[in-house]
Amino acid sequence: MKAPVSWIREYADLPVDVSTEDLAARLTALGLKLEALERPGHDITGPLVIGRVLTMEPEPQKNGKTINWCTVDVGDANGTGEPQGIVCGAHNFAVGDLVVVVLPGGVLPGNFEISARKTYGHLSAGMICSTKELGLGEDHAGILVLPADAGEPGDDVFDLLDLRDEVIEFEINPDRAYALSLRGVAREAALAYDVAFHDPAERKTPAPNDEGHPVVVDDPEGCPVFVARTVSGFDPTAPTPDWMARRLLLSGQRSISLAVDVTNYVMLELGRPIHGYDADKLSGPIRVRRAAEGERLTTLDGTDRALSTEDLVVTDDSGIIGLGGVMGGEKTEMSETTTRVLIEAAHWDAASMFRTGRRHRLTSEAGKRNERGVDPTICEAAADRVAELLAEHGGGTVDPGVTVVGQAPTPRTITIPIDLPARVTGMNIASDTTITNLRAVGCEVDPAADTLTATVPMWRPDLHDPFDLVEEVARIVGYEDVPSVLPSAPSGRGLTPAQAMRRRVGRTLAGEGYVEVLSFPFVGEADFDRLGLEAGDTRRTALRLANPLSTEEPLMTTTLLPGLLRTVARNVSRGAADLALFEASPVTFPHPGEAAPILPVDRRPTDDEWTALNRALPDQPLHLAFSLSGDRDRAGWWGNGRPAGWSDVIETARRVAATLGLELTVRSASVAPWHPGRCAELLVGETSVGHAGELHPTVCRAFGVPARTSVAELDLETLLQRAETTPTAPAFSTYPVAKEDVALVVAEDLPAEALAATLREGAGPLCESVRLFDVYTGAQTGEGRKSLAFALRFRAPDRTLTEKETATARAAAVALAEQRHGAQQRS
Amino acid sequence: MSGPNSEYDPVQVTPLDEEHVNAMREEALAAIAAATDLEALKRVRAEHAGDRSPIALANREIGALPPQARKDAGQRVGQARGLINQALAQRQAELEIEAEARMLVEETVDVTLPWDRATQGARHPITTLSERIADVFVAMGWEVAEGPLVEAEWLNFDALNLGPDHPARTMQDTFWADPPEDHLVLRTHTSPVQARTMLTREPPIYVVCPGRVFRTDEYDATHSPMFHQVEGLVIDEGISMAHLKGTLDHFAESIFGPGIDTRFRPSYFPFTEPSAEVDLRCFVCRGLSPAVDDCRTCKGEGWIEWGGCGVVNPRVLTACGVDSDRYTGFAFGMGIDRTLMFRHGVADMRDMFEGDVRFSTAFGSEL
Ligand SMILES: [Zn+2]
Repeated sequence: MKAPVSWIREYADLPVDVSTEDLAARLTALGLKLEALERPGHDITGPLVIGRVLTMEPEPQKNGKTINWCTVDVGDANGTGEPQGIVCGAHNFAVGDLVVVVLPGGVLPGNFEISARKTYGHLSAGMICSTKELGLGEDHAGILVLPADAGEPGDDVFDLLDLRDEVIEFEINPDRAYALSLRGVAREAALAYDVAFHDPAERKTPAPNDEGHPVVVDDPEGCPVFVARTVSGFDPTAPTPDWMARRLLLSGQRSISLAVDVTNYVMLELGRPIHGYDADKLSGPIRVRRAAEGERLTTLDGTDRALSTEDLVVTDDSGIIGLGGVMGGEKTEMSETTTRVLIEAAHWDAASMFRTGRRHRLTSEAGKRNERGVDPTICEAAADRVAELLAEHGGGTVDPGVTVVGQAPTPRTITIPIDLPARVTGMNIASDTTITNLRAVGCEVDPAADTLTATVPMWRPDLHDPFDLVEEVARIVGYEDVPSVLPSAPSGRGLTPAQAMRRRVGRTLAGEGYVEVLSFPFVGEADFDRLGLEAGDTRRTALRLANPLSTEEPLMTTTLLPGLLRTVARNVSRGAADLALFEASPVTFPHPGEAAPILPVDRRPTDDEWTALNRALPDQPLHLAFSLSGDRDRAGWWGNGRPAGWSDVIETARRVAATLGLELTVRSASVAPWHPGRCAELLVGETSVGHAGELHPTVCRAFGVPARTSVAELDLETLLQRAETTPTAPAFSTYPVAKEDVALVVAEDLPAEALAATLREGAGPLCESVRLFDVYTGAQTGEGRKSLAFALRFRAPDRTLTEKETATARAAAVALAEQRHGAQQRS
Repeated sequence: MSGPNSEYDPVQVTPLDEEHVNAMREEALAAIAAATDLEALKRVRAEHAGDRSPIALANREIGALPPQARKDAGQRVGQARGLINQALAQRQAELEIEAEARMLVEETVDVTLPWDRATQGARHPITTLSERIADVFVAMGWEVAEGPLVEAEWLNFDALNLGPDHPARTMQDTFWADPPEDHLVLRTHTSPVQARTMLTREPPIYVVCPGRVFRTDEYDATHSPMFHQVEGLVIDEGISMAHLKGTLDHFAESIFGPGIDTRFRPSYFPFTEPSAEVDLRCFVCRGLSPAVDDCRTCKGEGWIEWGGCGVVNPRVLTACGVDSDRYTGFAFGMGIDRTLMFRHGVADMRDMFEGDVRFSTAFGSEL
C-alpha cells in the first residue's frame, strides 16, 4: 500500500513539522510496517515557473524535424522581466498557453541540469517541460499545458503541481485490511500523533428510493449490501484531472480513463472496491446469486472461466455479467463510448471472495480488499463519492435513483477483564489507558467493575477475540515498553538419549573424515531408475507432491542416496577428488490411500481422531547415508595412497554402531544400487539396519560419480532405538594372555565371519578374541579354496593358563572348523 | 694351567706382582678411556675384562699361590678388576648418551612436510548452529521437541488458527501431497510441532524446536524451497509478553554476545495475538551511530530482522486442548539459515544446500 503523505495530511491534522521519517516510524510502531520511502520531485530544483507563450515560430530542420522557436513570458523569474527565448521540439501547445518553464540553473529528474545553450541557431535559455520530464506521468508525450486560470507568468509551480511529495509504502498485514486505504492510514496517523481525523467516508448521502436500477440479491449471506447509483450524460472522453492522475500515480496505479480512475481513486480513498458498468449494456434488473453448475463467464481480462457453484455472480437478463467482488465481465464493461455509468458498491462475504480468487487464480486490488474484509457501512458513501466525481469531471448528472439492498451487520461486542492487557503483555497498563486506547482505535467502550465491553468499529472486521483488543491497547502503549523478564522453567531432562546420540553419530562421522551435507528431499522416478531399483522395490513407493517445484522431481525421496550421489558428482565437477560425505535426514514412506482428517478446532481432538491423523502420516524414519570416492588414505611424500572401497564404508558403519554401543552383524547381500558381489547387509541382532558396499558400476555412471564409489545407507532411527545407553561395565582378567595363530584352508565362498564364529565357539570360554589377520588365495590353497589366518587370544579369569590348556582349546577350535566347514589346517 | 703347588715361588709368578697388576689396570683404563664408540668399547671390554683378558688370566693364577700370598694377590687383582669394570660401566653410559644424542641429530626431519593423508571431516554449520541454539534453551531447563516433515494439513494450518479461508494461508506457499484430499503437506513452519507438543504433554511446557521446513520458493541466493527454523513455545500460568521479551533477549545475548538485545514491532501471525516481529540489535555495530551508517551486516539500520513471535492465540490453545483460562503462552520462530547467513557472512543461500565440502569444512566442528 502506497500512501502519499500529502493525501494522509488531508484527513489527519498532522503538525506541519512532522517529518516523513518520523511518520513512517510511528506508523511502523503501530503495526503498519514501512516498506519503502519514495520522494518523487525531490530531485527537481528550480527555477521552475509558469510561462505564457508569446510567440512560436516553426522552423523546419534538415533532419526532417520541425522545431519551434518560442519566446515565453516568465514574469520576473529570469531577473529581467524580458521574454525568454526557448527552442522546443513539441507542438501540442499554442501562443497564449500557460506552460511550465525550467530556467537555466534548474535541475530536472535524472540530474538533468538546464543551462542556456546554442541549438538550431538560437540561444535556448531554458526548457518548456513535458509531464514526463517533470516526473508527473509516464506516457504523456507532449508539453504540459496548464489551465488558463493556473496562475501568472513567473509563479513558482512546485506547489501548484504538487511536484514534490513523499510516499510511504507500507507492508499491510492481513489483519489490518482497513489500512489498505488512505482513510485507514490517515486514521492511524492521527492516532500516532493524537490529532484530529477527518473521515472521508463521513458524508451526507441521499436516502434510498425505488427509482434506482432494480437489484435483487438472492444470497444475502454472500452479498449483505448492494448499492447502485447511476450517472447519465457522462462524457467518455473527459480527461482525468491532473491531481487525481497524480495521486493515482503516486499510489502505484496508472491512469486509464476518467471512469476507471474515479473508481480506483475512491477505492484508495475509502478502501471500498467499486465496480462500474456501462448502464446501457445492462438489460433488466441486476441479480446476485451463486453460479449454477456448468455456467461460464468471460471476465474483463479476456479469460473464459468455468464457474463453481460457490462463486458469487452478478447477472442481468442476458446472463452472468460479473464475478461478484472479484472481476467484472466483458459484456457490460465500460468503454470509450460509455455515457451512462452504473456504480456498484457492494459488500461481499470475505471467505467467498478468498475462495473465488484462489479458485480462479485472480488477484486484483479489489479482490485483495474484499477478501480481507471491508467496512460494510460505507457502500452508500463510496457510491455517492464516485457519482459525485464522475459528474464533476465527466460532465454528467447523477440520477436521483438510489438503490440500496440489504443492510450492514450490527457491530460486534467483545467483553474482556479490564486488566487483561496488563496481564497478557506484562506491561504496566492502567484501566484508564486500556479504555482510552480502545476508544482511540474506534471502539465504543462500556466499562464495568472488573470488565469492559467494547463495541468494535465496522472498519475492523479483524477484531474478534479478547486478545485482539489486547493487541490494540498494547500497540498504542508501545511494544518498546514491554519489560524483559526471563521466565524460570521447571528443571528439564536435557536432550533425550536419541537426540544426544544423534549428535554423537555426527561427530563420529566428522571425526572419521566425512563432511555433512543437507540435500533437498525431492527426487523423480528417473533417480530410482538410476539406482537400478526393481519395479517392486519398496523404495519406489514414494509420496508424490501435487505441486512440485520441478516436474522432474515430484517425489519425496525414500532413500538418501540420490541426493548424496548428486552432491558427490557436484563436488567432483568442482575439482574435488577424495570425497567422504554423509547425510542424516528423514526419508518418507507413505501410507497410500490414508487421508489425514481435518479436525475441529473448537476442542481438543479425541484420542481416536488423534490416532487417525497420525496414522495417515507417512513413516519418516531418520536415515544415515555416507559415501567414499577416490582415496581413503591419500598418496603423498610418505608413500602410496589407498583407494576407498567397500570395506571402508562397512568399517564406518561399524564405528557408527559402536558409537551407539552396538555391534553390527555383516552378511553378504545383493541389493540395488550396490555391486552384487560387494554389498553387505548390516544387522543388529536379527534386525536389518541397512546396506553398505561398493556401488554398481552402472549406478556410478548414471549419477556421474567416480568409479568404485562406495556408499552405505542405514536406518538411523532403528539404530538409535536399539542403542545401548546404559552398558554394563566389563569384567576382565589381568592374568597373562596366551596367543595362538591358526591358518585354515576353506572353500572360497565361506564367509570369514562364519569361520571366525566357529573358531570362537570351538575354542570355548577361555578364548578372549578371534581376529582375522590374513587372507590368501594361490597355488598352495588349491582351486576354489582360500586360506584364512586368525590370531586367537586365550585368557582365564582366575589363573595363568598352562600351555596344555591353551593347546587343547586351540585344537578344539580347529576340530570344529574341520568338522563344520571342512577346513584344513595349514602349517 | 697348573693346580695348587705348595712349592710355588711367589717371586717367579710375575703376573701377580703389584707392578704387573698395576700395569694391566692402567693399560685397561687407558683403553677404556680411548674407546670412542660403543663398538670400540665392546672390543675393549673383551680385551681387558673378558675371560681371556690378561687380568682374568692372572686371576686364575691366584689359586696356585701359597696360602699366605693368595690373600694379597686376590685383593690386588680384585681391586684392579673392580676399577676396570667401574670404568667400563661409566664409559658405557657416556657413550650411550653420546650415541643417542647423535641418533637424535641424525633423525631430524622436516616437520613442515604436509600431512593430508586423511580427508577433513565436518558437520554442517546448520546442524551445529541448531545444536548451539537448542543448548541455550536446554540450559534453562527447556526440552527439544520434534515433529515430522510431512505433516497433517490440520496441524500445519487449522490447529494454528489458519482456517481453510484464512488469507495468511496463501502467504505461505505450501507443497501439498498428491492427492490434496489426503490433507498432507510439507510443513511450512516448525509451528505444527507446537501443536503436537501441546497435544502430547501437560503444561507447564517449555520446548524449543529446531527443524527443517519447506515452501515453494524458487531456489536463488536468498530463497530456498527447504530451509530451517527454530521455534520456541512456553505454556504456563501467568506467562506474558514480558517473558517472551526476556527469553529472546537471553537468546540473543547467548548467541551474539553481551549487550545484544531485541526489540518488538507489531505484526500479525494467526497463531499469536498480540504478535510481533523481532529485531536483533546489530551485533557488529551494536546499533550505535554514526558507525552504523556503513555497517554491512545491518545495512545501516542498527537492527536486523530476526523472526516473529507473540502470545499464543487462545484459539490455538483450545484446538490443542490447553485450558486457555488457566494457561497463557508465548511462541517465537527464527530462521536458522538466515541467522547463519548474517552471523557468519554467508552470501548465497545455495552454499548451504549444494554440499560443497569447502563450505562445511570452513566452519570447524562446532559453532
Ligand atoms: Zn550493524
